[in-house]
Amino acid sequence: MTRNEIWVYVETENGSAKSVGYELLNAAKPIAYAKHAPLVAVVVGKNVRKAAEDAIGYGADSAIILDGDEYAVYSTDAYTDALTELIRKYEPETLMLGATVNGRDMAPRIACRLETGLTADCTDIGIDEGTGCVRWTRPTFGGNLMADIICPDKRPQMGTVRPGVFRKAAFDAGRTGKIIEEDIHVSMQKIRTSVVKHIEEIAENVDLEGAEIIVAGGRGMGNAENFRILEALADAVGGTVACSRPCADAGWLPRSRQIGQSGKTVSPKIYFAVGISGAVQHTAGMQGSGTIIAINNDPEAPIFDIADYRIVGDLNTIVPVLTKKFLEFKKD
Amino acid sequence: MNICVCIKQVPDTNRIKIDPVTNTLVRKGVPSIINPFDTYAVEMAANLKERFGGTVIVMSMGPEQALGALRVCLSVGADEAYLISDRAFGGSDTLATGYIIAGAIRHIEKLEGIKFDVIMCGKQAVDGDTAQVGPQVAEQLGLPQVTYAADIEGSASNVIVRREVDGGFDLTKVQLPTVITVVSSKQMPRYATYATRSDAKKKTIHVLNSAAMPEIDTAQCGLNGSPTRVVRTYTPVVVKNGVTVEGESAEEIADNLIGMLDAKMLL
Repeated sequence: MTRNEIWVYVETENGSAKSVGYELLNAAKPIAYAKHAPLVAVVVGKNVRKAAEDAIGYGADSAIILDGDEYAVYSTDAYTDALTELIRKYEPETLMLGATVNGRDMAPRIACRLETGLTADCTDIGIDEGTGCVRWTRPTFGGNLMADIICPDKRPQMGTVRPGVFRKAAFDAGRTGKIIEEDIHVSMQKIRTSVVKHIEEIAENVDLEGAEIIVAGGRGMGNAENFRILEALADAVGGTVACSRPCADAGWLPRSRQIGQSGKTVSPKIYFAVGISGAVQHTAGMQGSGTIIAINNDPEAPIFDIADYRIVGDLNTIVPVLTKKFLEFKKD
Repeated sequence: MNICVCIKQVPDTNRIKIDPVTNTLVRKGVPSIINPFDTYAVEMAANLKERFGGTVIVMSMGPEQALGALRVCLSVGADEAYLISDRAFGGSDTLATGYIIAGAIRHIEKLEGIKFDVIMCGKQAVDGDTAQVGPQVAEQLGLPQVTYAADIEGSASNVIVRREVDGGFDLTKVQLPTVITVVSSKQMPRYATYATRSDAKKKTIHVLNSAAMPEIDTAQCGLNGSPTRVVRTYTPVVVKNGVTVEGESAEEIADNLIGMLDAKMLL
């Protein structure tokens, strides 16, 4: 019989957890509460006990660890075999994974082996009223359409959820929960891929998902040089500079700073959208922001539909003045 | 090196519009294109064939309109093309689609009398954006997989995939046969020439329905074989009642904005 548990896979790299696993614990909390379901963190890797302990502090009721040399570096084969065996043993009701490169690599294989349904790259989760199943919400057609998807009959119901959509809970060091170390291992002979070499390509490691304030520029910035006025504004407000896809395509800013359907998803407290028209491909990645301030010379720009504060005007005039005023405000 | 490339014909999602009255997707008049990631996969396959020899077979599951997309592939490096088409396949989610494509690949191997060394897919289709079918084909076929491939290096007996991961690349060695999902190709997809286009026109595109492929159990296809259900679709229109920050000058606008943010304790 299927147990009632909701599992959140906490992805690790070199033993430390990626933020998305803890974000998902927070996102799954209301569902677990409504279903009276235990919320379980599942951690696979080498030396991952700390990641599992932290998962309790971030809201998991308990955690399961798979620790072994074969899990030190991610491989599709080892992780799929191990997680499938674990799922068959415990039969959880639900499994959520971060929609990271490796999350999206292994989740479809696990779902296929278990012959169950998987919903990709979700931006929201909830409970479907009619069936009580998890309702997985995802953008499709390049962000032009949203779809609510359920998996009515097969278990576990599975979904990958985009990093940066949900926020982690505040860490509570006082929370306690059981941590189970499962003795599941995969023979090295069964792993058919090996990472020969890892090449770091992005020189700067920018944490857009964790930024409280983001100052983003769009096509209206006109050129790479002009991003200096956004950097000045970002410095004044303690924010991080980002961009929409056309700017990354043009090479004005690196890909690591791109927000939207094909870039990162963010939900900062304040989002400045400067010279961004607001195509769905962009807004898909930022509409969860707390407060959106849009600056655009086109009063019809769709970004104004989702903005909390609309400034119609020339960004080259307004942004430097805004920077100066923010600095003055801080001094007072 | 024998390669099978799975492609999909998709609506050009950059040109999809939302009907402002009904708030639904306007698909009429939207041009069909080959899924951009699949064009990189076709280019990568054509390039591998040039380096190592072998055959490139391209296949697509979809309605008859997809014949055009397959014909284009025949003009840019593919040797043979197969359309997998049956009403019973319609409405399949990724699990059912992976099952059908895997069965079709086994069937094509039999028909052609070859074994594929590499099966390629685009990393995801730009209409569904799931990135699930490639790995699910690999699982159905019991093959290893390397997703997010940007290039294939090494030799035919020592295949090294340049895999895009967070913060850079992994060079991943993989045993053949394998499934590879492609995110980009080193060379831009080649253009058809007059000569390659007219050669492609002379070729027959093989069409296979479910009756032609006894490997495929139709009970596992379409809606019946799909564990997921779409319960609702809607356009993501969020209209906030935002405030327009007014002012005679940039200074005044800036002062007003800061005043409003301060009043809401946002600063």
